[in-house]
Amino acid sequence: MQGRLDTFIEGMQGAETLDDLQGHIIGLRDVFDVEHLVYHSVNASGGQYAALTYPLTWVDRYLEQDYARVDPVVQGCYRRFHPVDWKRLDWSGKQVRDFMGEAQDAGVGQQGFSVPIRGPNGQFALFTVSDRRTDTAWNKYTERHVRDMILAAHFVNQKALEIERGTDETQQRNLSPREVDALTMLAMGYSRAQAAESLSISEHTLRVYIESARFKLNASNTTHAVARALTLGLLIV
Amino acid sequence: MLRYLYADELHLFPKLRDTMFRDRARQFRDRLHWDVAVDTNGNERDAYDAMNPLYVIWQQADGGHGGSMRFLPTTGDTMVNDHFAHLTDGVPIQSPLIWECTRFCLGTDAEPRVSAALMLGGLEVGLGFHLTDAVGVFDARMVRVYRRLGWEPTVLGISGRDRSAVSVGLWAFDPTVRPALLNKAKVPDRLSHLWFDRAFGQAAPAPLAMVG
Repeated sequence: MQGRLDTFIEGMQGAETLDDLQGHIIGLRDVFDVEHLVYHSVNASGGQYAALTYPLTWVDRYLEQDYARVDPVVQGCYRRFHPVDWKRLDWSGKQVRDFMGEAQDAGVGQQGFSVPIRGPNGQFALFTVSDRRTDTAWNKYTERHVRDMILAAHFVNQKALEIERGTDETQQRNLSPREVDALTMLAMGYSRAQAAESLSISEHTLRVYIESARFKLNASNTTHAVARALTLGLLIV
Repeated sequence: MLRYLYADELHLFPKLRDTMFRDRARQFRDRLHWDVAVDTNGNERDAYDAMNPLYVIWQQADGGHGGSMRFLPTTGDTMVNDHFAHLTDGVPIQSPLIWECTRFCLGTDAEPRVSAALMLGGLEVGLGFHLTDAVGVFDARMVRVYRRLGWEPTVLGISGRDRSAVSVGLWAFDPTVRPALLNKAKVPDRLSHLWFDRAFGQAAPAPLAMVG
């Protein structure tokens, strides 16, 4: 899946509107090979945005009933920041069980994995995949793909924030001189060991600087980060 | 025992909460002379405590604080990026796979094994949530302690001298350091998992089974 996900994420870079993003969410669901995928963001001033694959009838019902009040996923993730398998949430209590029964009738899977996201200035978002696999198959699935889910969650979030902000790309893509140095050396074909030595830092430090740059560039891996930095004119080689 | 608590859960353990913030005042203001704010009740709190961080806390048998540390994700606001950029080569460290760890504090009468137990708690957080690294702000003289525990940070920078020296470092979350930490903390493997699961939920069968 890694290769397909990287390719998909690079393709998603072109999304310019929230409508585009909604289209990509369906594709992302297919890449993840799950029944449903949900991204939901709440900014500090209470503005909300969602891109999801649930049937609209379920979304309407959820909003109309204000199910966020009882939904263990929302209750367990809001204001928190650790990723969680739905199995670890508290599904006891009649109200919650009724809610879950209704959700499953509406096509929501009984398995789920949610990644809460804490962004800048108090922004909160939640990224969820849900499915109908058996317990054994689901355990195997999450074990293999948990990092992919975390990275995809943050990729979608940064893309959504970027769209919301408008065209002010350079502001966010401002890499520090040290990050530019590190990426420049990789672009010039230096190995990590050589780059670390030239910059007089450990390979551990270099790895973290490159990872920070990758995140800021919203790239799926180091190779793409270097390519994006070159495209944006941030590197001179 | 190790407790993993978000700030909005601390009210459930008032004694633990109060002794933690008081021990922090003792360590960071009184002993290390860091420039920290202490309120009229003697509690050391800062802006990051108000961001609902995750605390890893060693709770003593009497219910009080034995030691603690504080985690925040680096995708949001962090102390390292806001105040210590001069110690990270000017690089704002941001990644969904890296969390910040600050305010590593030991209680005044903590047993020797508490520092190992706290490091173990930090490792469980990193391994349990699939992180690659922690970036931490710490009392520079702690490096010796970390070395003795067998889990040393890569130091990015140091400012100040002697008692007021502050470092920023990186810890790689590496499962191979776990046995040594369990051993030094005198915590059995399964107990450590139990404490973690108690805080973050046990992996029960899928909700469907409970609904049906």
